[in-house]
Amino acid sequence: MVNLTINGRIVQAKEGEMLLTVLRREKIDVPALCHHEAVEPFGACRLCTVEITKEDWNGYSNYVTSCLYPVEEGLIVSTHSPKVNELRKTILDLFLARHPNSPEIRQLAADYGVFKTSYETVVDGNNCILCAICTRICDTMGFHAISTVGRGHGKEVAPPLHQVPPDCVGCLACALNCPTHYIEYTFDNNYLTIWDKKFELMVCSRCGKKTITKEFAEYLSKHRDIPFSYFEICDECHRKELAATMGQITSWEREA
Amino acid sequence: MHLDNPQQLIDWHDKIIAKQKKIKKKILVCCGPGCLANGAQDIIDKFKTVLKEKKISGFTVEALKETGCHGFCEQGPLVVMEPKGLYYTKVKVKDVEDIIEQSIKNDKIIDRLLYNDPQTDKKIERYQDIKFYSHQKKVVLNNLGNINQCNIEDYIANDGYQALSKVITSMSPQKVIDTITKSGLRGRGGAGFPTGRKWATCRKVESDTHYVICNGDEGDPGAFMDRALMEGDPFSVLEGMTIAAFAVGAKQGYIYVREEYPLAVVNLQKAIEIANEKGLLGDNILGTDFSFNIKISRGAGAFVCGESSALMKSVAGEVGEPRAKYVRSVVKGLYDRPTVLNNVETFANVPIIIRKGASWYQKIGTPKNSGTKAFSLVGKVRNTGLIEVAMGTTLREIIYDIGGGIIDDRPFKAVQTGGPSGGCLPASKLDLPVDFDSLNEAGSMMGSGGMIVMDDLTCMVDVAKYFLGFLVNESCGKCVPCREGLYQLHALTVKVSEGKAEEADLEKMEKLSEMVIIGSLCGLGKSGPNPLLSTIKYFRDEYMAHIRDKRCPAGVCRALITYKITDACTGCMACIAPCPTNAITGKKNEMHVIDQELCTKCGACFAVCRYDAILVS
Repeated sequence: MVNLTINGRIVQAKEGEMLLTVLRREKIDVPALCHHEAVEPFGACRLCTVEITKEDWNGYSNYVTSCLYPVEEGLIVSTHSPKVNELRKTILDLFLARHPNSPEIRQLAADYGVFKTSYETVVDGNNCILCAICTRICDTMGFHAISTVGRGHGKEVAPPLHQVPPDCVGCLACALNCPTHYIEYTFDNNYLTIWDKKFELMVCSRCGKKTITKEFAEYLSKHRDIPFSYFEICDECHRKELAATMGQITSWEREA
Repeated sequence: MHLDNPQQLIDWHDKIIAKQKKIKKKILVCCGPGCLANGAQDIIDKFKTVLKEKKISGFTVEALKETGCHGFCEQGPLVVMEPKGLYYTKVKVKDVEDIIEQSIKNDKIIDRLLYNDPQTDKKIERYQDIKFYSHQKKVVLNNLGNINQCNIEDYIANDGYQALSKVITSMSPQKVIDTITKSGLRGRGGAGFPTGRKWATCRKVESDTHYVICNGDEGDPGAFMDRALMEGDPFSVLEGMTIAAFAVGAKQGYIYVREEYPLAVVNLQKAIEIANEKGLLGDNILGTDFSFNIKISRGAGAFVCGESSALMKSVAGEVGEPRAKYVRSVVKGLYDRPTVLNNVETFANVPIIIRKGASWYQKIGTPKNSGTKAFSLVGKVRNTGLIEVAMGTTLREIIYDIGGGIIDDRPFKAVQTGGPSGGCLPASKLDLPVDFDSLNEAGSMMGSGGMIVMDDLTCMVDVAKYFLGFLVNESCGKCVPCREGLYQLHALTVKVSEGKAEEADLEKMEKLSEMVIIGSLCGLGKSGPNPLLSTIKYFRDEYMAHIRDKRCPAGVCRALITYKITDACTGCMACIAPCPTNAITGKKNEMHVIDQELCTKCGACFAVCRYDAILVS
């Protein structure tokens, strides 16, 4: 265990833990837009930046992203120092200039007292904040169907060569985890469309409800050792079946 | 021949020396990028054909050397004749026969090919006497311009691989590290981290394997020192890397070269193959159990991949984005293994330090900045080219002695060092010694060694706008302060250059710069505002002229200038055709007029007017 001081309070943490994990556990409100427990910390949004120092640093302090900073013995952390707050405000101000129509960004900026950007609004600024949660989750799922493309201010998230992504199975992990709900998808009868790719949905053989895409089911049965038949029944019907089985077991027990 | 023990290397060296001693006269043709672009290859070919046709006693094709960059690119193509050092500039194919007939056969000097000193208006015969060369201190660039680019015999004749042999026969890895530490060598890539300390940390990390990487992704606009080294003296880089590998315990190395340097890739590849063949690289080097392999990894032209952590990702085949370096690459670098990454010039220094000793090296330069530094001197100086000076040489010596002063004797305005991460220093800083610490203190940085000199016709707002624009495109785009912050800073400089900014915008730029510096993930973002901050610091008046008076004093910012034709116009009509919008009208021998409505302020007329009749205001 290591001891550190956060906003004047002594806190214990496990060795190797990242600072943000400790802050979240201690219920200290530090914003973060590119952080997601499913993927490795990334350090892109910089909102979780905190000020750190140590007793023997002779008054020197440093600004680090808490999501990527491993805890250290004797670390003194300020999560809302004037400079840190100014940085967060500036970042949200910059975000607001790029994504003026995103409700999530507007709300977060308002929380920090930024209601209107003080910079030049970026023409065509869409709601993708380039946090790369979608691409990283896609990698973690094992598909690598989308990635960030290009660099600089024109960087974007896209499938390879801006074509229909051959490796996408329509799992929706990217869209459902997007903090600004930018990634679009539509359900239409038996089909799901995402990244311009149309997927046929599995239909529950019991109740007729639509579940996951056929490609996703095939992927899971192939790579995760789950029989394909498992996906021919929806979650609810699986649970109904489970209840029936449990009831059967209970009555057997009673008889025994 | 494969060298199976260090003694064989010594024998080979002696044999080469004996062979080369027979060559009395040598012709060195510079094949650096500048000279090649001006036709050096044709000159080489011509020399070869002429030498084949005319058999000259005591002179064979072997005495013709295709060397790396000789340095004085401005005067290329260059041909040097040894042993005297006779120096011909701006040589053309048609001069080749003359050179052979007169200078080789009859030891005569061809006057028209000599360098003319613009200050004294006198012809100079030997390059050693030219100020551009005489004020330099050549250590790491010494082989360039003297030896055949990819010839291992030439390299060995110039004491090449003696350091490696010394290291593996008589030194322990710790002793190598101690020597490098004692020499005071600091990383030549820009930040100046002590090389010895880097190696020592890496060595201490326990791991199944360690890596050595050479950073040849020289991306600063106007910089070409590493390119010249990789093309012209590739073996020195390989030898330096091999010594580093011995010191830290690495078996695999990578050289990351940008694809825009095709000749560097070819020459390094050739050098690696030759070194492998000779037993100076690969398995069981010089018959010992030390093995080290080098692979070339080519960069696809992203500036950010010169940043160490992005470079390592790129080598591993991932997107070249930097990562936070709270855990440093010497501990967890390429493939999460301890990795030493140094710049090309740093590695090229290593064999020299081992060979000549740490104390010898320490005596060059200043106490905390030992050794020399290569620079590519470009911009508005008379003598542009590749130079090397002892650390601590002042900017004034570099610009006025080596560089020969400003073109057309215009006033000096600023010198930009360190590329997009550096800053612009004004005339008041001309006596600043060039070393890592002094430049940092002055708000610029050493960088990898680009040095751009600017005269009074350069607008500092425009310079800041250029570098910020460069970074907006070259930022990896991962973190917000860099991607969005630099974008907004660029937008603000555009506003200034168009005369649309207010005084408050200056403060806004400074504030946003501070946030970009503390908030950005990597060095690119953290140093990105430097060109802006240094120009605001030293040239605030010029910013104020744009903001308050809506005026660009240097006559550069298009929105704020007008071109007018004055009475000096002779009516020569020379400016009429170059004008892309047909804005200039006038008859022969009558004063011309520019239609301001049509004028796009491209400056084409200004460039062609021989009578200084066009006024920019």
